[in-house]
Amino acid sequence: MTASDPNRVVEAVWRMEAGRVIAALARIVGDVGLAEELAQDALVLALEQWPQSGVPDNPGGWLMLTAKHRAIDLLRRRSRYEQKLEEVGRDQERRQADTEAEVVDALDDPFGDDVLRLLFTACHPVLSTEGRLALTLRLLGGLSTEEIARAFLVPEPTVGQRIFRAKRTLSEKQIKIEMPPLPEIPARLASVLEVIYLIFNEGYAATAGHDWMRPSLCEEALRLGRILAGLMPGETEVHGLVALMELQMSRTGARLGPDGEPVLLLDQDRGRWDRLLIRRGLAALQHAESLGTLGQYGLQAAIAACHARAMSAEDTDWDRMAALYLVLGHVAPSPVVELNRAVAVSMASGPLPALEIVDGLRAEKALREYPQLPAVRGDLLERLGRTAEAREEFERAAGLTRNERERSLFLRRVKALALEE
Amino acid sequence: MRYLITLKVTNRPDTPPPGELMEAIAKLGEEATKAGALLDNGGLAPSDQGARVELVGGKLTVTDGPFAEAKELISYALYQVRSKEEAVEWGSRFLKIHRDLWPGFEAEADVHRVFGPEDFA
Repeated sequence: MTASDPNRVVEAVWRMEAGRVIAALARIVGDVGLAEELAQDALVLALEQWPQSGVPDNPGGWLMLTAKHRAIDLLRRRSRYEQKLEEVGRDQERRQADTEAEVVDALDDPFGDDVLRLLFTACHPVLSTEGRLALTLRLLGGLSTEEIARAFLVPEPTVGQRIFRAKRTLSEKQIKIEMPPLPEIPARLASVLEVIYLIFNEGYAATAGHDWMRPSLCEEALRLGRILAGLMPGETEVHGLVALMELQMSRTGARLGPDGEPVLLLDQDRGRWDRLLIRRGLAALQHAESLGTLGQYGLQAAIAACHARAMSAEDTDWDRMAALYLVLGHVAPSPVVELNRAVAVSMASGPLPALEIVDGLRAEKALREYPQLPAVRGDLLERLGRTAEAREEFERAAGLTRNERERSLFLRRVKALALEE
Repeated sequence: MRYLITLKVTNRPDTPPPGELMEAIAKLGEEATKAGALLDNGGLAPSDQGARVELVGGKLTVTDGPFAEAKELISYALYQVRSKEEAVEWGSRFLKIHRDLWPGFEAEADVHRVFGPEDFA
């Protein structure tokens, strides 16, 4: 039997608590960068002390209290400095005692409001998208710069720069660490949800590469989503996004074939879908529906639920899915949504009405380089018996995709169609 | 990564579990759920309400409870965490509230990693 490695315990507790500790400090010192530094100081102390003194009984509380003391020391030094400047010597002791008590009181955050404020600040629209992603993972996820860099396949100094710039922007623009006023909440929340879903998609798209950091972005995004759902329980779209991520995650185990090749949703072995995540996803969706009208995430979750509820691809309720895509196209218009609607329509009503939709998209600039457009069109043409045209479309798709696995999938279709001609 | 933590009682005090403990358990469960870590959990009824299906020498037998067990399995919790240490930390927090609120209670929590898609890649 071996006791667990204290460094790994420090790392684990840090990841669990970093968001809360940084959030509490940020409110006290009013600056995200400074709060993070103070929290890092506490982490360094833990790494120094725990291997010798043993892991404290309440390691999370230890980190929080140690970080608190750093903040108090800082405020003391500051107030001493300011007092010297003003040459006011009286009441110093009393003022310090007040400050200390206030700080300790103020650091309690039973409802997680600090975490929510920090999340809204890290996802502030004044920041670049890249900056928001990196800052959120760093402050709320407790991820190191190196881990973020590996997850996004960019050099570590690049991530360091993004975080540095984001913090500088927050301080230059004097962004207060606070919740936006009520009328601004929908737009600001949209930015938070966008950041979480971008993190999720970055991990979800990572079918290539064997670094565990990339897929773990999905777990991180899901964790952030679940935390947000706990903090903003009345927001329909928060639950909608959680539902969407839970349902998409449920298919992870079935998305790759034995040789690592992607398996299309309809060809996946549904026995490998994660029933627990499906159950959680459907429950979150039901909760979202009970709160109000579904937005773009809730609608996407409702579409994912059509797949999740079907025991086999044939059982899918394609009419419902086509209708949901139509609504989604109104809420969040996008040619990609329209293309997906075409696929649902082809399953519900046959290839001909679907081809009409797809042909309407051929002039779309946004889809010019999008391999799925020729791939879907090729599929519809094949079903209509227009083999030669179908083959051309799959050739086009193979030329457009940047994913090797996908290319070989398209080329196989080309070969099969050439044999039929 | 997913971890299943099972809780086995090794010494049950004569006193019933105090109300404060039940409150603390609920609070910790809520905290773990809101942290996005706790996926599922449940308490297990005494073995007199269960049964055992056994396979020995190619023969199946079914026996109704109760079963005499030195360590009674009383609950399980399924966590989604980033490391074994995190799972251990949640398990420790769970046992610490028992230590603090139910004197004499002794138990062991086993932390098992659940295979996931990454194991079959």
